[in-house]
Amino acid sequence: MVQASAVEIRKVNKFYGPFQALKDIDLSIPPGKVTCLIGPSGSGKSTLLRCINFLEPYESGKILIDGQMIGYDAPGKPMSGRRLRDMRRSIGMVFQQFNLWPHMTAQQNVAEGLIRVRGLRKPDAEERAAEALRKVGMADKMGNHPARLSGGQQQRVAIARAIAMEPRLMLFDEPTSALDPELVGEVLGVMKTLASEGMTMVVVTHEMGFAAHVADQVAFLEGGELVAVDTPSTILHHPRDARIRAFLRTYHERNAF
Amino acid sequence: MDFGVLQQYGPLLLRGFATTVFCWLVGTLLGMALGLLIALAQRYGGRPLRWILQAYIEVIRGTPFLVQLFVLYYGGPLIGLRLDAVPAGLLGLTIYGSPYFAEIFRSGFTAVPVGQIEAARAIGMAEPVVIRRILLPLGLVSALPALVNFSIILTKETVILSIITVPELMYQVSRMSTETFRYLEANLVLALFFWGLVEAISRLGRRLERRITKHLVERV
Ligand SMILES: Nc1ncnc2c1ncn2[C@@H]1O[C@H](COP(=O)(O)OP(=O)(O)OP(=O)(O)O)[C@@H](O)[C@H]1O
Ligand SMILES: [Mg+2]
Repeated sequence: MVQASAVEIRKVNKFYGPFQALKDIDLSIPPGKVTCLIGPSGSGKSTLLRCINFLEPYESGKILIDGQMIGYDAPGKPMSGRRLRDMRRSIGMVFQQFNLWPHMTAQQNVAEGLIRVRGLRKPDAEERAAEALRKVGMADKMGNHPARLSGGQQQRVAIARAIAMEPRLMLFDEPTSALDPELVGEVLGVMKTLASEGMTMVVVTHEMGFAAHVADQVAFLEGGELVAVDTPSTILHHPRDARIRAFLRTYHERNAF
Repeated sequence: MDFGVLQQYGPLLLRGFATTVFCWLVGTLLGMALGLLIALAQRYGGRPLRWILQAYIEVIRGTPFLVQLFVLYYGGPLIGLRLDAVPAGLLGLTIYGSPYFAEIFRSGFTAVPVGQIEAARAIGMAEPVVIRRILLPLGLVSALPALVNFSIILTKETVILSIITVPELMYQVSRMSTETFRYLEANLVLALFFWGLVEAISRLGRRLERRITKHLVERV
């Protein structure tokens, strides 16, 4: 294990006012691998994910992206907006609520970042956007506005918007939780393809099937603490910690009928 | 009722109406622009600036337009601000409308889902671009009905400009009334003109709204 981590999280603490949402989190995200974050509601999964691209500032500890600390030049010394934006360019993010821009077509949504952030000329950006949309199987709906797309289609456009920026790392926050069950598959399919192409991915998910089959490592959080990090089979099939067993029991009960 | 006098006073009334429309349009647009600046400064500015702007909003909203105009037109010269009636009226309308417009924009911005703004920041978009490409267009859409509504209210505030001798419709109507004693006819004309103006603005507003929300509503 000499290979450097894509993301190195060291002793990270995060507070919302007096409430501590993350407690001394230590986690290494290996490059080219899929890491799933699981845990009960309110355990801090989204918070941790959002700290990785500094959408949520953390108070202490370090998060290194390819060896470079995000958010701070040195502990306690916030980095400039420009440097933060430069770092964010290489980190894609996909949200539970898709968060497409409703006043733009699918293609415009994807091209926007290429034009305004990467500085591409409009025709080039549109071409690249079309390419990214083809990749997620949305080539035929490029001209649709989000209001005229299903949830699954919107989420695939959102993924295209992220990958068009050619990120080195992709963050997913429950990308299928807002979808009708029959639409979950198409989004997970796109994510599996990405994973097989060697994209480094951090995925907050309640899809234990996805975690079991696609993840290379699974991290379990509870109450702001990282309880365990291990292979999917250890966490999901042979958990040593009672908290994980309790979580999986509730999960199986909820999904049995 | 005798509408014969209208023939005599028609051109004067029409000119008055044109002045009314001019003052309303310019005052409204400038008031909107100032309101937008205030709303943005409140969103992005530091605490002292926000505090000052909030005080400005409270003071302007808490005093009658008439008083503000008097202070501006008759009090202005005391501090070296000597304005003709029309510029004073335009400035007055701008100031009077700005806090209301600021509040309308502020709530329009609040209606933009935070996630859509975060999505822009997450790809590394700079804040001025986020404002221009995401916050403004989406905020404007939700603010539009309230903007149109307040612009309609402002049409009727223009009559107060007659007090400082701006030759707008109310001013000319008063003149016609005192010269001919045809109060009823004169005020009927006044009402008709305003009704037409308001009707035109609200039609325009509805059409604009339909146009810009065309893509935003779920499959209809
Ligand atoms: N902006 C905020 N202000 C205050 N508290 C917050 C904020 N965001 C999250 N929290 C709290 O921090 C804790 C962790 O929240 P987080 O959203 O990270 O949980 P989660 O594991 O993603 O849960 P879920 O599975 O429901 O999405 C929760 O107790 C939550 O109430
Ligand atoms: Mg969450």
